[in-house]
Amino acid sequence: MEEIIKTKDVVKLYVMGVEELYALKGITITIHKNEYVAIMGPSGSGKSTLMNIIGCLDTPTSGYYELNGQSVSEMDDNELAIARNKEIGFVFQTFNLLPRSNALHNVELPLIYAGISKSKRIEQAEDALVKVGLQDRMHHKPNELSGGQRQRVAIARALVNNPSIILADEPTGNLDSKTGDEIMELFDHLHSQGNTIILVTHEDFIAEHAHRVIKLRDGLIESDKITDKGDNHTKSKSTEILTNN
Amino acid sequence: MNFLAEIKEAVVISLNSIRANKVRSFLATLGIVIGIMTVTILQTAIEGINRAFEKSISAVGADVLYVQKFEWFGKEDWSVYRNRRDIDWQQFEYALDNISSAESVCPTVGSGATVTYQDFVSENMPVFGTTDEYQKTLGLEVAEGRFFTKRESDGGWGVCVIGYDIKDAFFQSVDPIGKVIQIDGHNFKVIGTYDKMGSMLGLFSLDNRVIIPIKSFFKIFGTKRSLTINIKATSVDALEDTKEEVRSVMKRARKIPITGKEDFGINQQEAFKQTYESLTALIKTIGTAITLLSLIVGSIGIANIMFVSVKERTKEIGIRKAIGAKRSTILLQFLIEAVTICLVGGTLGLLIAFPVSLVIDAFLLPTVMPLWVIVVALVISAIAGIVAGFFPAWSASKLDPVDALRYE
Repeated sequence: MEEIIKTKDVVKLYVMGVEELYALKGITITIHKNEYVAIMGPSGSGKSTLMNIIGCLDTPTSGYYELNGQSVSEMDDNELAIARNKEIGFVFQTFNLLPRSNALHNVELPLIYAGISKSKRIEQAEDALVKVGLQDRMHHKPNELSGGQRQRVAIARALVNNPSIILADEPTGNLDSKTGDEIMELFDHLHSQGNTIILVTHEDFIAEHAHRVIKLRDGLIESDKITDKGDNHTKSKSTEILTNN
Repeated sequence: MNFLAEIKEAVVISLNSIRANKVRSFLATLGIVIGIMTVTILQTAIEGINRAFEKSISAVGADVLYVQKFEWFGKEDWSVYRNRRDIDWQQFEYALDNISSAESVCPTVGSGATVTYQDFVSENMPVFGTTDEYQKTLGLEVAEGRFFTKRESDGGWGVCVIGYDIKDAFFQSVDPIGKVIQIDGHNFKVIGTYDKMGSMLGLFSLDNRVIIPIKSFFKIFGTKRSLTINIKATSVDALEDTKEEVRSVMKRARKIPITGKEDFGINQQEAFKQTYESLTALIKTIGTAITLLSLIVGSIGIANIMFVSVKERTKEIGIRKAIGAKRSTILLQFLIEAVTICLVGGTLGLLIAFPVSLVIDAFLLPTVMPLWVIVVALVISAIAGIVAGFFPAWSASKLDPVDALRYE
C-alpha cells in the first residue's frame, strides 16, 4: 500500500527560558493509505505534539517528515497552510466550528481557501454533509445543533476536500458515551470507504476501533501494534516498529 | 477566482462581525464619521463658494483693466484714496487717444437715482453712464433690443438699457422696448435689456442697473464724479503689457513725472482672485487640519478595536489556519474588516454631511456636492482602514496555529 506518512527521528524541543523540554525525542513511523491508527499515551507523552506535526500545524525541530510524498519539514508557512488545506482533515475535541456560520458554510470553508468555484463548493459541501447524515441540518448554526451533530459537521468539514488523512484529536471527548459511539461508528464507516484515519486519544475503548495502536511515553514510541481487528483487516501491511533511544 | 472568493468571504465575515458588535463598531468608527463629515461639508461649501465666485467674478472680466482712484483691496488708508484727484473726462479722452494696445476703452460713472415708470417708483437705483464702447469692453449681453450707438452716445440722447430686475419689476407683461422711464425726472427711452447676470460676490446685484450715455449722465448728475476707465486688452496674455502702457499713459494724463508715485489704481480680476484664494486657503488649511486630526483619532480607535477583535477571535484564526487559511488570507480578512468598518463610518459621515450641506445651502452659503467629493471621502475612509488595520491584521496573520487553537 501507498505510504501516506513517513517520519524519521522527529524531535520537538521547546525552549522556555533556560529550560529545555523535549516533547518528542525521535519518532519514526510509517502510516499507509487506508490505515486506521490510534495514537495513545498519557498526558505529557507527546501525542498532541506529534499530532500537530503530522497535521502540519507545527514543524519538527529536527528529523524528517514526509506527507503524501512531500517533505513537510522543509515547508514554509504558506506551503504548510496549503498542505493543511489539501492533505489534512482535522476533527477536534471541541469541534471548533465557526459559531456565526451555518453548517454548510463551515463545511464550505476549506474549499474557499482551496479556491474552488462557488457552485462546486456548495455541491461538495452538501455531499459531505449528506455523508455524515446531516442533510436536514445544513442551514443550522452550531448553537442550533447538538454536540453529536456539531461533531458530524466538523467531520464533514474534514472530509470535504478529500484529504490524505483524517486527523481526529479526542473526537468523543466532549460527547456522552452514546453519541460518542455513534461518532466512532461514523469513523469506522469512513475507514471502510477507504479513508486513512488517525485518532489521538487516551481512552482504550476509542482506540479499540483502530486497527493499529501506537503508544507514546515521554516523547518516545512505547509500542506500535496491529490489533486483532487490524489482523483481520490487514492486507500485508508492513508495520515498522522502531523505537529510538 | 481564488482571490475574489477570499475577498468575498472576508467581506461577509466583516459584515457579520460588525453586525454582532454594532455599538462597539459604531463607537470605533465615530472618529471616521466625524472626519469624513467635516471634510465633506467643508469641501461642498468651498466648492459651492468657488462656483459662486467664478460665476460672479466673470462679470469683472479676466482681460479688463479698471483704472480708478481706488485700488481694490488696497492696503493704504481709506483717506489716502479719497483725497486723490478725480479721474475726469479729459483724462479719459487722453487715455482713449493714447492707449494703442487696447482692444477697446470706455468710461463708466455711476450714481444712485430714482427711477420711475408710470406708477412704479424705485429709489436709489444704480444708474451708469458710459459710451457705446461699453458693450464691447465689458462684454454685456443684450437680451432684447440693442445697445446705444456712437451717435446716441456722443449726442447724449435720452436712451437707456435696463437690467433684468428692472424689466421684471416694471414691465412684467409688457414689452419694455420703446417705453419711456424717468431718471430723476428726466425721460429716457428703453432701447434694450440685458441678460440676468446675478450678483457680485453675493453683495450687490448686477441686474438692477440702468445704463445711459455718459453725456446724458453728465446732464443730470454733473461732471463732478470720478470716472472709471475700463480697458479691454486684446487677450488675457496681453494684459500685463497693456497694463504697463496704461500706467505710463495715465501718469502723463495726470501730469505725474515718469518716476513719480502713481495716484490711481489699475485694478483687475486678479485682485479679487488673490484675495479670495488667500481666504479659501486659510479655510482649507483649518479644515484639513481638523479632518486629519479626527481621522488620526478615528484610525487609532479602529486600530484599537481591531486589536481587540483579533484577540477575541484568536480561536477562530486558529481554526481557519488549521483548515488551510494562509497568512495572507488572515491578513486580508482583518484588513478588509478594518476597511469595511471605516467605509461604514465614511458612508455615515456622507449621509450626515449631505442634509447638513443642504441646510447650509438654504441658510448660509451656496454648497455643491460633486461626485468627486464622495469618491475622495470613501477613498480616504478606505485608506484610514488600511492604515489602522494593518498592524492588528499583521499580528493576526502571524499567530501560531497551535497556540491559537489552544486559546480559550
